[in-house]
Amino acid sequence: MATNVLQMKGIQKSFSSIPALENVDFQVRGGEIHALLGANGAGKSTLMKILSGAYQADHGGIFINNNQVIIDSPAAAKRHGIQIVYQEVDVALVPSLTVAENILLDDQANSSRSLWIQWRKLFVEAEEVLNQLGYSLPLHKKVAELSLAEKQMVLIARAVKQNAQFIIFDEPTAPLSIEETKRLFEIMYRLKEREVGCIFISHRLQEVFEICDAITVMRDGKKISDESTKTTSINQVIENMLGKSFGEEFPKTITTIGETLLEIKNFTNEKIKKVNLHVKQGEIVAIIGLVGAGKTELSKAIFAADRIQSGEIFLAGTKQRFNHPIEAINQGIVLVPEERRKEGVLVDESVSTNLSLPLIKRISKLGWINRKTETGLIKEIVKKLSIKIPSLSSPTSVLSGGNQQKVAIGKWLETNASVYLFDEPTKGVDVGAKSDIFRIIGQLAKEGKGILYFTCEFSESLGIADRILVMFDGRIVKELSREEATQEKLLLYASGGKE
Amino acid sequence: MKDKLLGFSFKYGAILVIIAVFIFFSSVNEYFLTYDNIADILRSISIVTLVAIGVTFSLIVDGFDLSVGSTVSLTTVVVATLMVWFELPLWTVIIIPILLGASIGLFNSFLIVKVRIPDLLATLGTMYIVSGLHRTYTKGYSIYNEMPLADGTTASGSFSESFLFIGQGRILGIPVPVILMVLSVIVVHIFLNYTRWGRLLYITGGNKEAARLSGIKVNQVRMIAYVLSGVFAAIGGILFAARVGSGQIDSGAPLLMEAVAAVFVGFSVLGAGKPNVIGTFFGAVLIGVLLNGLTMMNLPYYSFEIIKGTVLILALSVTFIHLRRKA
Repeated sequence: MATNVLQMKGIQKSFSSIPALENVDFQVRGGEIHALLGANGAGKSTLMKILSGAYQADHGGIFINNNQVIIDSPAAAKRHGIQIVYQEVDVALVPSLTVAENILLDDQANSSRSLWIQWRKLFVEAEEVLNQLGYSLPLHKKVAELSLAEKQMVLIARAVKQNAQFIIFDEPTAPLSIEETKRLFEIMYRLKEREVGCIFISHRLQEVFEICDAITVMRDGKKISDESTKTTSINQVIENMLGKSFGEEFPKTITTIGETLLEIKNFTNEKIKKVNLHVKQGEIVAIIGLVGAGKTELSKAIFAADRIQSGEIFLAGTKQRFNHPIEAINQGIVLVPEERRKEGVLVDESVSTNLSLPLIKRISKLGWINRKTETGLIKEIVKKLSIKIPSLSSPTSVLSGGNQQKVAIGKWLETNASVYLFDEPTKGVDVGAKSDIFRIIGQLAKEGKGILYFTCEFSESLGIADRILVMFDGRIVKELSREEATQEKLLLYASGGKE
Repeated sequence: MKDKLLGFSFKYGAILVIIAVFIFFSSVNEYFLTYDNIADILRSISIVTLVAIGVTFSLIVDGFDLSVGSTVSLTTVVVATLMVWFELPLWTVIIIPILLGASIGLFNSFLIVKVRIPDLLATLGTMYIVSGLHRTYTKGYSIYNEMPLADGTTASGSFSESFLFIGQGRILGIPVPVILMVLSVIVVHIFLNYTRWGRLLYITGGNKEAARLSGIKVNQVRMIAYVLSGVFAAIGGILFAARVGSGQIDSGAPLLMEAVAAVFVGFSVLGAGKPNVIGTFFGAVLIGVLLNGLTMMNLPYYSFEIIKGTVLILALSVTFIHLRRKA
């Protein structure tokens, strides 16, 4: 059997005129496990969404064995033998149906099939697919009852059943245990033997070097390198992923660090375990971790947006109890959440409504909103943060990501908060806005605020933080001072490694 | 070009349709455009408008209240019995149904906010409970002056003149219900656009999670919306009883549909793109004008449902095509 070759050539893609991919080439062969690496926002997901038909490229083409193919829908991708195993396994499965039915889902949805379901045949066929993969699953069980790892297997089996020639694995190991990961790799080896080309996206470099034949690294929407695993090294890959170090780009503001503002002890809920941390006046503490480490959950727990099962919170030494975000806000803790468009701002409302929201009591008398006071306050915030807007009344949805983020930050500025929580504030904003956001955060620290900065961008934490806490699997596993921390150390602890 | 046309029809469509309908009916019937008939149309839509204001509140917080129709039915018969059976003074006759409406709203918000039943299903259940309650309460009879009672005697109470004035009287030649309606529309418009609470309602409906993370007690805001919805339905019920001078069973049933249609017609008026009370008023006008004109053309009343359904579907189409375009 001739080896299949899949090539993406000169792929370009922009979102509302912000380039996400610039002239990217990517190639994978049948029987190869090919890693696609890059920091968050490097363009891996966009590239894979184009390959799987979820997006279309603005320029460039996709070729299989040197014949150009048009992939304008997920169905077209499947027709050409390209399958994707999503990280969110649940979106692709029907939980109320059995494992066997899910494996053969596409077959059954096919209208050319017979009207009647042949149950016996169904289970036999599903069994066959699993045998090919050397894996067994309880075929009669409902998918809803499976573990996450098993659900992944169902998806892989389903891809194989549809004669997949190329399978994209989008961070499949992130939620898996070591044992489960091992089993997944065995399956991937089987696929490799069957001449299937696997594209493997992961943040865990150890395992990438363990199983991949080749490694492509992306950064800022460009392909940086494409090498055989044998000819490169972990350090080389890390350097390619990170590029210029962050400190060079954004010099840190020097502040004097004062009294402890906020302290939490033994914070525990479903996602976080016994977290202790504190932040002082003028101090920027970065909490870093890979996707799924529990950073967002921790930020929401501190802000009382999520419940905690146990733990204590102290503000300036006084014990507090919060049941609703408003109580945290009233005591001076504010959160700029990760999901800007869903949680940070109200996209359909005007910039002015957004910015005045936490101040609404202050600007209204007997329930009556004083528009003059409102406009005055808002103009000040807009000026202070240099938010670029057509007008105060324009809906927030028309702003760029960076300016939306400034609105999400700006609404807290006049509340006299003492502790700011930032959850991935630079996600999806352009470089210019990024440096603005760092300037704002530096300014806040200078004013004596305590900053908790949650991020998965290690370089950012190195550039901005006085102290860095590393999270893994819901726990804080390491604390490093600004001087001690290096990208390599952070990556090591964040991926569950130990010295 | 196509986009512009769509935008234009979204913004002015409802108003253009109202004007077109006016021109059409006044050309086929000379009586249509007389003061008496216009006053009649406005009086006939006053109850729908009040109920629709309630629905507007629930839609603003991204909810829905199906129970408004049966709340009207319940409050109408309660008002009637308070006078006919119990001979209570005017102020209790007004206060008690409003409290009833508020408690139905509280019950709805308990189901939706605390038990977390989806709004449509929760209020569907409430709708049947309330509807059953009002029939059980009167044993299925309508309430009127001098009605026979279970013990064989005749009810001694009756609708008071001052109460009937609310539904049938005129001030300076303008029907009282019309004055009440216009006042309500103005007050609610000011409430929604110039007060803190109005803004909190819209923000909560716009994005619950963002609102919560901005420090808004979202559940409290939603509760208020449902209570207001119940209160306005109750006011509609009081007005209904005052207008017909009796407590008709099931009187509110057709109002749900008309109120919902009015709100969705109003969604797009002048490009608001969200539930708003001025639009709701125009929506009610459109429906009132259509029904009035068709009655004049001697269409049978049982065919009206077709018209109402069509108006709702058209309004929903405009609304959702617009929302999708925006997304």
